[in-house]
Amino acid sequence: MSIRQAQRSGGVEVEAREVEAPERAERLAVPMAEPKGLTQQRTQAAAAPEPRAEPAKPKVEIRNLNFWYGDFQALKDISIPVGERQVTALIGPSGCGKSTFLRCFNRMHDLYPGNRYQGEILLYPDGINLVDRRTDPMLPRLRIGMVFQKPNPFPKSIYENVAAGLRIRGVRRKSLIDDKIELALKQASLWDEVKDRLGTSAYELSGGQQQRLCIARTLAPDPEVLLLDEPTSALDPISTARIEELVDGLREQYTIVIVTHNMQQAARVSQRTAFFHLGRIVEWNDTELIFTNPKESMTQDYITGRFG
Amino acid sequence: MATSAARLPPADYGRLIGRARRVDLIFAGAGLLVMLVAMGMLMALIVDLAVDGMGRLSWDFLTSFPSRRPERAGILSAWVGTSLVMIVTAFLAVPLGVGAGLYLEEYAPKNWMTDVIEINVTNLAGVPSIIYGLLALGLFVYAFGLGETILVAGMVLALLILPVVIVATREAIRSIPQEVREGAYALGADQWQTVRMYLLPAARPGILTGTIVGLARAIGETAPVITIGALTFIAFLPPAPVQPGFPFINFEWLNSPFTLMPIQMFNWISRPQAAFHLNAAAAGLVLLVMTLLMNGLAIYIRYRIRKGMR
Amino acid sequence: MAAATDTPPVASDELVRPSGFFLRRRRFADRLVRLILFAAASVSVFVTGGIVYILVGESVVFFSQVSIVEFLTDTQWTPLFSNARYGILPLLSGTIVVAGIALLVAIPAGTTLAIYLSEYAPAPVRETIKPLLELLEGVPTVVYGYFALLFVTPLLRYLIPGLPGFNMLAPGLVMGIMILPYVTSVSEDAMRAVPNHLREGAYALGFTRFQAATKVVVPGAFSGITAAYILGMSRAVGETMVVAIAAGQNPNLTFNPTEGAATITAYIVQVSLGDLPHGSIGYQTIFAAGLTLFIITLAFNIIGFYLRRRFREVY
Repeated sequence: MSIRQAQRSGGVEVEAREVEAPERAERLAVPMAEPKGLTQQRTQAAAAPEPRAEPAKPKVEIRNLNFWYGDFQALKDISIPVGERQVTALIGPSGCGKSTFLRCFNRMHDLYPGNRYQGEILLYPDGINLVDRRTDPMLPRLRIGMVFQKPNPFPKSIYENVAAGLRIRGVRRKSLIDDKIELALKQASLWDEVKDRLGTSAYELSGGQQQRLCIARTLAPDPEVLLLDEPTSALDPISTARIEELVDGLREQYTIVIVTHNMQQAARVSQRTAFFHLGRIVEWNDTELIFTNPKESMTQDYITGRFG
Repeated sequence: MATSAARLPPADYGRLIGRARRVDLIFAGAGLLVMLVAMGMLMALIVDLAVDGMGRLSWDFLTSFPSRRPERAGILSAWVGTSLVMIVTAFLAVPLGVGAGLYLEEYAPKNWMTDVIEINVTNLAGVPSIIYGLLALGLFVYAFGLGETILVAGMVLALLILPVVIVATREAIRSIPQEVREGAYALGADQWQTVRMYLLPAARPGILTGTIVGLARAIGETAPVITIGALTFIAFLPPAPVQPGFPFINFEWLNSPFTLMPIQMFNWISRPQAAFHLNAAAAGLVLLVMTLLMNGLAIYIRYRIRKGMR
Repeated sequence: MAAATDTPPVASDELVRPSGFFLRRRRFADRLVRLILFAAASVSVFVTGGIVYILVGESVVFFSQVSIVEFLTDTQWTPLFSNARYGILPLLSGTIVVAGIALLVAIPAGTTLAIYLSEYAPAPVRETIKPLLELLEGVPTVVYGYFALLFVTPLLRYLIPGLPGFNMLAPGLVMGIMILPYVTSVSEDAMRAVPNHLREGAYALGFTRFQAATKVVVPGAFSGITAAYILGMSRAVGETMVVAIAAGQNPNLTFNPTEGAATITAYIVQVSLGDLPHGSIGYQTIFAAGLTLFIITLAFNIIGFYLRRRFREVY
């Protein structure tokens, strides 16, 4: 068991148990049944984070998701729950569908012609299917935020970047905007560095700062879910470490899904991990179990570096 | 710690989205409207010209000189003048423009002289055409003593379209991948051989497109040519370039007064009699067809280039 | 780019082993070519020099007889009359009014169309519209002049009864349509150059197409769009035939577009059509007017250059 996991569970050793319902991985490491033919029962999670066994309520549930780029099927029958107030990591070799899967959540694929979804991505508490043709693509984008691999701040000032999401949601009161900007920048661990120059151009920041600005911009409108698409792969190790710390802190308020090709990052930052290969989820489980006791040999091979 | 004041309840999302989608739709409509109006104007222009001018288009019209009687007037001297001037223009503009483009892309060192040249090319592209006419009037017609001739007309139009040819050449050469150059140099070719045998042939379609676009523009240019003194009532043809006796080609036509298609059209439309306006429409129709064909040709070549690159 | 003057050694005996003479001759040829091409490129510098020389040269002679103050402040331009007045203001007002109307049409419409083409239109629509715009660009200006005089003016008479045959409104509107393709294509190129990951960031935040276009893409393409506007302004001010045909050639100091007037360019054409002896003051007026025009467009180009440099985007 890693030091971090020991600190969380109070040093208690956990045993494998066959349980069907998803549970809060912090308290107990519980292996899940395999995705094929999985039936889920939803249990209500306790709201307060207390050190006792609590099943984690899924914030998002993906059921039999298929996705095609034109004729090419990029995602095959994906079914997985995403626990509330948890970090779920998606790992796997390049080109196996992790980012494709992530972009289904906020309908990014709709921006380009020729793509097709099938299946369900259900967002709770109302259970709306995000990839249903009848759901307006703007709806998931208003409720879910995304941070991209390459920092992409708008050609505006730092203030205006963070305010952008608020303004289009109709927030007009300047005092409210100011407060939310300060809050978001603090959550993104950027406030102290920029509080005196909110009016300067976002492009004057360093790469790591720009990425934290993008995180702040995504946090300001209080998204229900936060999607991170390889957020640190374009950054230096110091910025990477800062952002990982950040993500760990954000976990207390937000549901987070992070794509990473760096396994150590997944192990450091997430509570649940899913391993993707060629458009399928080979295995998903509590992070600790995936890395110490994977059920599939392919997972084992990937983790030990035999391929990918 | 998170304040949820900005998070809207799900019901409000519907309203927000609905309103935003409406704005989107309105704007898309505006864009299409602009397009329709612009195309409508083009259509109206063509139809108007055709309705007025079709009646006057005939073999006689194409082979008669202008005349004081509108029904006997024709554009013979005009289109012959245009053809001859275009020959001179192309003859001057293409070598100069391609040469300059080659120099700037392949030979020019990064120093202040090159900057000056590049600034000049950009600046000249924005100079009004009539100022080129003033330059030609003061310099070519009087200072150099060349007179109000086909040669000077060709010179001024060549200078006018020079930036077009230069830019087209530069773009065409720039789009050649570096591997081609490296391969040629690795074989031992020197710079001129590389340019002559590999780069120019590859850039030919792009240069051709630019030349056609430039000439299409030059055909319709009136102001600079009027300024150098092209006469508007020419009832004769310049001396023929070819002759039966030795040396079979003569250059006297370069020294001849002349008129051009757009100038003839301008002359007719400036007259108060409506009958001359019909002639102007017919001339305009011929001119329009010529420029549309040339532009269409350039667009087609560019389309083929792009398809070839896929 | 350095010229490769060394050839690799050849293995076969049949091939010519490069001698010193061979290499020297190639080097000479290469230098000659470079010189010729440099001369071709320098032509542009000489053209600018020539323009300045001629315009300033003739204008100096002109201004030795007419004071600059009178030129800039007198309200009448009648150089060909016996009681000659040399105030450029009427020509300036004509130029400004017609160009102003044209830009009022071309800039909003052109930008809207550019945004539509860049952000909304699917590829087949865009591929159809762009060549059509190029055709619009290619229509000769005399033809536009004909259209303005004999179609647009009668049409406008339905809306404005009593509109004179020569007025500034018709050529202004037609010039707007003429300049539209330039503004659209330069703006659209600038917008397409904005990288896609900026757009994705906007859409991911919940922006609509319109919001992404106006709040992210247009600010991101600002320097290119500015260039498009400046280009349009230069063309509007420098246009000759449309105004010469449809606005009349009567200098008229007014800002009322329903009246006819002469622009700087139309005046130059008018004089060139006549018979003015070389060296007369009437002859020199066209150079003074031309110099004014040249200074105006030069000012636009310089402003454009600085605006672009200052707002150059670094994504």
